[in-house]
Amino acid sequence: MSPLESNKLTSDASIEGTTVIIDTGCANLSSVRYAFERLMSADERKKLSVTDDIAAIKAATRVVLPGVGTAGAAMASLRNKQLVEVIKSLSQPVLGVCLGMQMLTRLSNERGATTEDCQCLGLIPTDIEELDSKGLPLPHMGWNQITPSEHPIFDGISEGDYVYFVHSYRAPIGEFTIACAEHGEQFSAAIAKDNFIGLQFHPEKSATVGARMLKNFLNMSTDTFFQNNNSNQCEA
Amino acid sequence: MLAKRIVPCLDVKEGKVVKGVQFRNHEIVGDIVPLAARYADEGADELVFYDITASAHDRVIDKSWVSRVAERIDIPFCVAGGIRTIEQAREKLAFGADKISINSPALTDPSLIERLQDEFGRQCIVIGIDSYYDHISDSYKVKQFTGDEAATKDTQWFTQDWVEEVQKRGCGEIVLNVMNQDGVRQGYDIEQLSMIRSLCDVPLIASGGAGTMAHFKDVFALAKVDAALAASVFHKGIIDIQALKRYLRDNQIAVRV
Repeated sequence: MSPLESNKLTSDASIEGTTVIIDTGCANLSSVRYAFERLMSADERKKLSVTDDIAAIKAATRVVLPGVGTAGAAMASLRNKQLVEVIKSLSQPVLGVCLGMQMLTRLSNERGATTEDCQCLGLIPTDIEELDSKGLPLPHMGWNQITPSEHPIFDGISEGDYVYFVHSYRAPIGEFTIACAEHGEQFSAAIAKDNFIGLQFHPEKSATVGARMLKNFLNMSTDTFFQNNNSNQCEA
Repeated sequence: MLAKRIVPCLDVKEGKVVKGVQFRNHEIVGDIVPLAARYADEGADELVFYDITASAHDRVIDKSWVSRVAERIDIPFCVAGGIRTIEQAREKLAFGADKISINSPALTDPSLIERLQDEFGRQCIVIGIDSYYDHISDSYKVKQFTGDEAATKDTQWFTQDWVEEVQKRGCGEIVLNVMNQDGVRQGYDIEQLSMIRSLCDVPLIASGGAGTMAHFKDVFALAKVDAALAASVFHKGIIDIQALKRYLRDNQIAVRV
């Protein structure tokens, strides 16, 4: 995107309703919050909050599940805060970012210090496994190109646009893939099912391209997903 | 394809960006946030902030500027300087830093790397290594406490061994700063970086010696590093980031233009 286009990001129609970033307790929450704030007017910022309050999460127009760290630690935090069932019950747009995306799946075999796979939220039926980089450096860290689908989160995003990745585990290409990328093997840069969207990369750190996706998310409501199709342009 | 990263480095001292020559004679370059924002807007892929006094003087960086940077810029950045505990690392990440870089404290207590990795995941743990060519032993060795000339000391580590050690302990990225080259703009140490690249399974950032656009092309094409860090060529306006990226693209280096 050109700088001219990015300037439009803040001058679009106003953002409806409330946006809640779930306080997972162990994530880098500031970056995600700041990225949304950069897209908002002063009044709109008042309707953005970072919280683990169950009522506020349930009542939000849209919900963000951020995440940095390991799947096991993050899921343990959600359980401690009694948020697992709350997140599963949501029907409004939910955006999982990086580890937040991975938590939307069934399980992760990022074991960290434990000896068992990590059970996740099970909202998008795929599993997280280590990225097969075929000898390229891991973690997959830096700016890489994506091939997006027609999903509304990618409105205005083109094939070959660069976004910022930091991860060693990934969802494979599959039925719920809505964008793919390649680092050694091809993998899901984004997945979605119904109202749940997960981005493996960090839109909040992906300059104007990432800001556009966050803006797209802020324009979503429950209605967005009535006619959703996950057209997958990647080779399975 | 993963793009090669251009990483301006901002050495921070007393809340200002400074630059010395071969780690000495620091001069003030400018304020932190405006300079960070300028680089992000010009197309820098990532920023590194080193508080060069923190380790040597046994104090931690003033954290307030970390959140001011995070509020303003929409690219990743790494904070370095005097991080010795899980809590100090957590604070930087909570204020919006994407990565934390450990140098001298990891040499004092290598187990810090494992503990940080267990807590935050290896992806945000960067190890900075100050390596110099030792003429007497004809080998590369690691220095500690380089932020202060009076405190700087040699370690028992050969650079190759330390690179292996920090990977084994769980770092996610290595910044190799070649001290003989730093600030004199004679080019990256391709020979040393190539040797370290062959031992390095995590992303490797070259640091020290950038003076011309050709130096960046060479370090990517010949030493196969993932990113190139530089300071004075950007601070002094010798190289424009956009022009550098176009030059690299025209020379078949994958970059985000």
